[in-house]
Amino acid sequence: MSGTLVEPHAHSGHRPPEEVENYIAAEHSVRSWLLTVDHKRIGILYMVSITLFFFIGGVMATLIRLELMTPKGDILKSADEYNRLFTQHGIVMIFFFLIPSIPAVLGNFLIPLQIGARDLAFPKLNLLSWYIFIIGGAISLGVMVTGGVDTGWTFYTPFSSMYSNTNVIATAIGVFIVGFSSILTGLNFIVTIHTMRCPGMTWGRLPLFCWATYATSLVQVLGTPVLAITIALLGLERLLHVGIFDPKLGGDPVLFQHMFWFYSHPAVYIMVLPSFGVLNEIIPCFSRRPIFGYKFMAGAILAISMLGFLVWGHHMFVSGQSMYAGMIFAILSLLVGIPSGIKVFNWTATMYKGQIIGKTPMLYALGFVGLFTIGGLTGLMLASLAIDVHVHDTYFVVAHFHYIMVGGATMAYLGGLHFWWPKISGRMYPEFWGKVAAMIIFVGFNLTFFPQFLLGYLGMPRRYYEYRPEFQILHVMSTAGSSILAVGFAMPLVYLILSLWYSPKAPANPWGATGLEWTTPSPPPPYNFETTPIVTEGPYQYDHDEVAHA
Amino acid sequence: MWNFPFLPDQASEQANQVDGVMYVLLAVTAFFTVLIAGQVIFFGIKYRAGSKANRSGRKSTSHNLEAFWIGSTFIICVVMYIISTHVFFQMYNPPADASEIYVVAKRWMWYLQHPEGRREQDELHVPLGKAIKLVMTSQDVIHSFYVPAFRVKQDVLPGRTTALWFRPTKAGAYNLFCAEYCGSDHSRMIGTVYVMEPSDYERWLTGGPESGGRVSMASAGEQLFQKNHCSDCHSPAGQPNRGPTLVGLHGGNAPIQQKGGSVSMVKADDAYIRESILDPRAKLVAGFEPIMPSFKDQISEQDLFQIIAYIKSLGKGQEGGR
Repeated sequence: MSGTLVEPHAHSGHRPPEEVENYIAAEHSVRSWLLTVDHKRIGILYMVSITLFFFIGGVMATLIRLELMTPKGDILKSADEYNRLFTQHGIVMIFFFLIPSIPAVLGNFLIPLQIGARDLAFPKLNLLSWYIFIIGGAISLGVMVTGGVDTGWTFYTPFSSMYSNTNVIATAIGVFIVGFSSILTGLNFIVTIHTMRCPGMTWGRLPLFCWATYATSLVQVLGTPVLAITIALLGLERLLHVGIFDPKLGGDPVLFQHMFWFYSHPAVYIMVLPSFGVLNEIIPCFSRRPIFGYKFMAGAILAISMLGFLVWGHHMFVSGQSMYAGMIFAILSLLVGIPSGIKVFNWTATMYKGQIIGKTPMLYALGFVGLFTIGGLTGLMLASLAIDVHVHDTYFVVAHFHYIMVGGATMAYLGGLHFWWPKISGRMYPEFWGKVAAMIIFVGFNLTFFPQFLLGYLGMPRRYYEYRPEFQILHVMSTAGSSILAVGFAMPLVYLILSLWYSPKAPANPWGATGLEWTTPSPPPPYNFETTPIVTEGPYQYDHDEVAHA
Repeated sequence: MWNFPFLPDQASEQANQVDGVMYVLLAVTAFFTVLIAGQVIFFGIKYRAGSKANRSGRKSTSHNLEAFWIGSTFIICVVMYIISTHVFFQMYNPPADASEIYVVAKRWMWYLQHPEGRREQDELHVPLGKAIKLVMTSQDVIHSFYVPAFRVKQDVLPGRTTALWFRPTKAGAYNLFCAEYCGSDHSRMIGTVYVMEPSDYERWLTGGPESGGRVSMASAGEQLFQKNHCSDCHSPAGQPNRGPTLVGLHGGNAPIQQKGGSVSMVKADDAYIRESILDPRAKLVAGFEPIMPSFKDQISEQDLFQIIAYIKSLGKGQEGGR
């Protein structure tokens, strides 16, 4: 056990783990799952739902890539069908997978465990958040099977408000509703982290995963209402022809972009900040070293979440906004490079002179560091005005944000899922298959998205159903990569499910990790801790001899 | 299909500048990617669990190191900003001698007209070496005019005009794309830009169909000016009538009546003239009654450009006002 805490029960109670009632075995009925207020069970509910959405979005991505193998339209029946596919791929992946992925699954499961609490501050609100998520998701799935929507996930006006013939209103309602799930989850996390930390768990001892989730929650609570307002105004114009965005009705189409990106740029940080949190746990554990520069890491997370609110205009350098607005947004966007640099350099500094163990979660984490570096630096290119004018709305942007969203957020989610899988499921994952899948995903990812940087700089616009033949070779490479990526993503689904029956049972702390979640049995009991833990030291005390050589 | 290009054609002055910025940023990106990936791989091998590497003297915090990478990334960001904004500034502001071509975007076509009157669709012919300014508007949704070989792009908005300029430096035919998603046939809203030797361009400008009866945009605008009875109030002779004269207006300043009774000067550019035709009361010229009717939905975007061209032809205004 780590020296992080005092655990009365570790010395008194010697019940073997099998006899401890755990949160999974506590009750078996479907009803007990659907009406649970246990944060761990709600985390599982989210995991199952977002996995479903991830694979729906993934099938759409596969169809898009297959269509783009050739310059002419062939696999899909029409351009409209293609337009609906990329729109729904974006909506599903962003609103129903990436935004809830790490916060709602790992955050829900881990935050009370990491701060030594019994549950979140508002357990029933937590369950309500999941139902709101499911209602929003069901509406969006309903739209997909009844004809779909073709506005792009960005809903640019006046196309979305006055011209699209597809089901914009129902989609808007779905996104509007799911936003409340995000707001309530964020609120729950903020209150929990403020009020429910166990004795000794000061802000300076808070695990960085909690810091990252806290910063994310702030963005969710402050940003999401703006999206809700924007979408409501869009619906108002579409239904009642109130002139807000369409110049023919007296509105301003660029206003929509300002309002939309005021949320949707911070939303990028909702997707990627929790990944930083996951890495901050994995890298010290598998380097057997304390995180380098704890305070700077926490500060960088907060800095990114705040700066994120001031950079939305970098999506609009060629939108017709004033040149001076563009110049201000450009410098603010470039400054995000500083806290991002702090993160990356501190991760490599953590590895320096460590005892590095190449388990699956570490492979994902190290893959993340490389891909996030490329994603971040190409982000600086996009923030540089002159280059953005050329590559805006091309595949360069598509490649950039997939490096952050897939190479970053999704890889971190998978790394975190493997890292905490023993805790969540009570079973080990198969290490060999875990490593194989991580490497297949890394290779498939780069082959899919690196050619898209080249495509973009060559001038291939995004959201094109047909394209000029000179772009084909790079599209073929990208499609080839996507088939590898698809195999990589399917593998964990299979072996993680099988591990529930065929893998060895997990001990309480299989990685010799610090952190309160590892002091309770795997899977944890419904009440998390037998007695309230007391924290006496900061996190990541891996330099202690007893863990450094575990 | 099998030629493997890395850069699109460099066919404008801007193309070289943008690529120059790109090379600098590419070098920075390559440096950091190799640095970070190199560290990850090198540390991963050297400090693998159980290896004999020396691990003494390790620290888990260092203010000097943090200050070093905060400082160095800050400097790099500022340098990136300066070099890219310098180029952007030139890309944004057209030179005074740029000749204008008018663009109307409509799902899913590009309509273009040269001041001399020649119209084209999904094609743009321009002379080599001359600065060209496109004045653009959309009839429906947002489009974006994008010529990768020139490295220029500008969204084309309904309800207002936006501008873009370039100076072609290489003869040839180049892709024109719509870069802002605009619905069903977005990917077919494409065309070709032909950069021609100036003499060829002159010949092209006077050739083509209906070359005999073609009139310049300004003359066509004058006819529209009569037809819509604009001339009843705005005397072309230069004297104020029920409305102010438009002679020598364009490019100068117009005195605008403010709510409190004060008068402020507003630059009389394309956007101002356009607004004054579509929404005359938005900026009322001081000393005149608000009697002009709105021409919103009465005049097509193409006709509007021609009327503006006519008003321009009435003489350039002075910066200091009239």
